[in-house]
Amino acid sequence: MSTQTSPAPAPVTERPGPVQSHRRLPRFAATGLYLAGLVLGALLSALTGFNLALTVVYGAVLGTLAVWLTSRAVEGRRKGTDRLVTCIVTTAFVIAMVPLASLVYTVLDNGLRRFDAAFFNSSMLGVVGEGGGAYHAIFGTLIITLLTTVISVPIGLLAAIYLVEYGTGRLKRAITFLVDVMTGIPSIVAGLFAFALFALFFGPGVRLGVMGAIALSVLMIPVIVRSSEEVLKLVPNELREASYALGVPKWRTIVKVVIPTAIAGLGTGVTLAVARVIGETAPLLVTVGIINGTNLNPFEGRMATLPVFAFYQLTQPGYPPELAIERAWTAALVLIMLVMALNVVARLISRFFAPKTGR
Amino acid sequence: MAKRIDVSDLDIYYGNFKAVEGVNISIEPRSITALIGPSGCGKSTFLRSLNRMHEVIPGARVEGKVVIDGQDLYSADIDPVDVRRQIGMVFQRPNPFPTMSIYDNVIAGVRLNSTRMKKSEMDDLVEKSLRGANLWTEVKDRLNRPGSGLSGGQQQRLCIARAIAVEPEVLLMDEPCSALDPISTLAIEDLMTELKDRFTIVIVTHNMQQAARVSESTGFFNLAGVGQPGRLVEFNPTEKIFSNPDEQATEDYITGRFG
Repeated sequence: MSTQTSPAPAPVTERPGPVQSHRRLPRFAATGLYLAGLVLGALLSALTGFNLALTVVYGAVLGTLAVWLTSRAVEGRRKGTDRLVTCIVTTAFVIAMVPLASLVYTVLDNGLRRFDAAFFNSSMLGVVGEGGGAYHAIFGTLIITLLTTVISVPIGLLAAIYLVEYGTGRLKRAITFLVDVMTGIPSIVAGLFAFALFALFFGPGVRLGVMGAIALSVLMIPVIVRSSEEVLKLVPNELREASYALGVPKWRTIVKVVIPTAIAGLGTGVTLAVARVIGETAPLLVTVGIINGTNLNPFEGRMATLPVFAFYQLTQPGYPPELAIERAWTAALVLIMLVMALNVVARLISRFFAPKTGR
Repeated sequence: MAKRIDVSDLDIYYGNFKAVEGVNISIEPRSITALIGPSGCGKSTFLRSLNRMHEVIPGARVEGKVVIDGQDLYSADIDPVDVRRQIGMVFQRPNPFPTMSIYDNVIAGVRLNSTRMKKSEMDDLVEKSLRGANLWTEVKDRLNRPGSGLSGGQQQRLCIARAIAVEPEVLLMDEPCSALDPISTLAIEDLMTELKDRFTIVIVTHNMQQAARVSESTGFFNLAGVGQPGRLVEFNPTEKIFSNPDEQATEDYITGRFG
């Protein structure tokens, strides 16, 4: 406890020291200046006939310059640089968000027109013109994606466990390299692989739901391997050693200690991998095809899926075309909603399964 | 219960690098043996070789003999998993399993080895082990809370409870107090003194007062030079090491004239 309690603090400004008070811009001055720059940009582009893209470019440059120069003059060089970088980073963020916002808006705007009960409980069987729906395609997508998950998760997870817990030397490096290569293969190649594989057994022209599942597995397995590998690597080695020191065999340590500790990350990785393949179009186009009626058996005949449904509604709309194009938009909307739901599920998994801290 | 450990001509390697050379030591049952020495001289490596935890590290291997009650731990027909069931270990940093409650942490050794046990037996074992680790009164009302919510000293005592719950014959402790405050350290030292009636305890420590306080015998490890393997320089009763050591190097280290 200090005994030197001065009754009145000395005036700050008179004390010479390393910490000096600086002049600062008023609170909303920087934002205001930036907006003024945008308005100026709009005026400038209006001189040569109004153009939205030019407005944004002029406005961003002028706004950034205005903020930077003012701040530099008033607040000094360091603060000025700070404001400059803040402006650049914020502008880049907004530009990156523009396509996303535009996409969501367009899909909602066009997709909501046919977002009705008929869309969810009727197929395209016998539909010419008005009406019709994607019941068959929604369930086709769900079934094929489920089948893909059932094939990919065990293979991917076990491969990741091998890489992290058992693999050494050349084999491990070879697998890691091949997985990296597989992450990069174009999706149509995966589709042609499944097509060629099944053509060997059933002859050319075969179309089955399970073919699509296999094609999608080729795309999904590497994603699961990579994400699971990263998550398993994060499990502290001390926990494995603690378990070994209790006389627990290695496989049991993996099942009872490593995987439960990593379960949140594993679940998130799988969910995001599902979201990654659920919208694939090209491989399903060549392996599953399209059908107007409902086929829920992936081992027999063609199936409808949402992405392929949207593709055909758009490219072969029939007459009048607007009705089919509206159905395509709604199919796209449903697909985006599925992906968003999966992302929400991934977040919930990582929240609820994370190890509890108890505090 | 407690068993005698005889080590003869033990060389320990990481790949091609020889980390520890030519250790001969006899560890008495029902006593505390302390290992001291500068960092990187191979104390922890030696300790880990006593329950075959050393070979968990890729490329690590051991030459020589570790004999417990007439049985060579490194003979070909011995399963390292069985060795570790008999020789428990407490690590430098407390490492309770984060997914398990306090209760589950204590019986982790039993449950993970899938030994069948009645609920009442498990309750008794948990209480006995936690009492043995001087933690029962602090946690008895929150056994189902996660173990990671305890303080550092409590977590370390939880790890000791977990280690003694499987009823090992030897307890190895690798700097168990280095991450703890003096009060928790004292609690764990008291605990060691109680536990030595039932277990053979080997402890690695950087704290020479701690070695002097708790141990009956002390071994001093040292490096001959940079890149050279560590060696056991001197192994004697603790009073002798701290009052009148045989080797000049030991005296220099203990009095702080090291290096």
